[in-house]
Amino acid sequence: MKIILKNSSEQPLYQQIKDQIKGAILRQELKEGEKLPSIRSLANDLHVSVLTTKRVYEELEKEGFIITIVGKGSFVASENMEMLLESKRHLVEKKLSEVWQMARTLGINKEELYSMMDIIFEEDDE
Amino acid sequence: MMKAVLEVNNLKKELGSFSLEQLTFSLKEGCITGFIGVNGSGKTTTIKTILGLYPKDDGSIKFFGKDMEKNECEIKNRIGVVLDEGYFYEEMTLKEMKSIIAPAYTNWDESVFLNYINRFNLKLNQKIATLSKGMRMKFAITLALSHHADLLIMDEPTSGLDPLIRNELMEILLDFMEEEGKSVFFSTHITSDLEKVADMLILIDNGKIVFNESKDELLERHALIKGDNRLINEHSTKLFLRLRQTPFGFEGITNKVDQVCEQMKDIIIERPSIEDVMLAYVKER
Repeated sequence: MKIILKNSSEQPLYQQIKDQIKGAILRQELKEGEKLPSIRSLANDLHVSVLTTKRVYEELEKEGFIITIVGKGSFVASENMEMLLESKRHLVEKKLSEVWQMARTLGINKEELYSMMDIIFEEDDE
Repeated sequence: MMKAVLEVNNLKKELGSFSLEQLTFSLKEGCITGFIGVNGSGKTTTIKTILGLYPKDDGSIKFFGKDMEKNECEIKNRIGVVLDEGYFYEEMTLKEMKSIIAPAYTNWDESVFLNYINRFNLKLNQKIATLSKGMRMKFAITLALSHHADLLIMDEPTSGLDPLIRNELMEILLDFMEEEGKSVFFSTHITSDLEKVADMLILIDNGKIVFNESKDELLERHALIKGDNRLINEHSTKLFLRLRQTPFGFEGITNKVDQVCEQMKDIIIERPSIEDVMLAYVKER
């Protein structure tokens, strides 16, 4: 699994780590049942606070991506297809809304954006 | 949430013209806590007072949930200490020094001791006077960690050491933390050592605690802002904790990141270093 943190990013560190672990699970680089590093060793390797990695695991557990067994560690939760699909959609929606924000500030309207998308689809089909 | 390994409440200590005033802070289990402040801010006095080396004037000190005064022996068995000034007998060999320290702990573990001696390439028959500064620090850590301490307390362990040895010390601390339930509390004025290893940061200035906070959250709450001098006016100055201007532009530390972003255009926003944040809160004397 690859985790790269940007110090200059507006996103807080815990969010960057969480998104990247989530991404690795969604892309199935981290497989069901696979053991995650301990919060301490993850914190050491990334040079972040153990309180940050603790928060990441707590939130990932709340969202159902991982499970933590006391004394054993944290593991990738067994796949829940619906949840995975929903998360994947959510990721794409997030990117799309960023694109729309950018288009709007640059004065590009809906129709222009649709036709841009069409061109991308056509290029991909070829 | 994580248990507290040390709780200090309203601690008071007068020492000549200097005093610790109503000091209140706590250390979380499983965390490396950096204790920062400029020279003379009260770091050493605080550490010596919580360890009972100086009698306190008022307040309470609890280690592992137990009162220090009533459980001193039990508590000291669970703490490893490295103090700034060498408290070694120069003419002794490492082995002789060890035989003085070891009986003080009921759970002294000779195999752990020998393990560290080997790891650090120390020679038991060497005289303490012949140790380099780096070796001395390693020997002090060996003595502090050979009785299965749960909490390691160090006063300025990195001062006077070169970057290579400082880095090695940080690695030793991280190794120690791998085991569950261990905690470290160490003071330093070299904040760069903490960038990589600290989980929590406590800033003391002029005998008062300024903040006690998770390192990542603290650094995310503050920002280093750079931009054109034209942006600085009577109103915008107030958004900064510390502001430095040169003919080429300004550089400032803020804890009102959102407001700055809203009100100032064309600025550069960077993540501050621990030192940037520390200096923003330390009052000039």
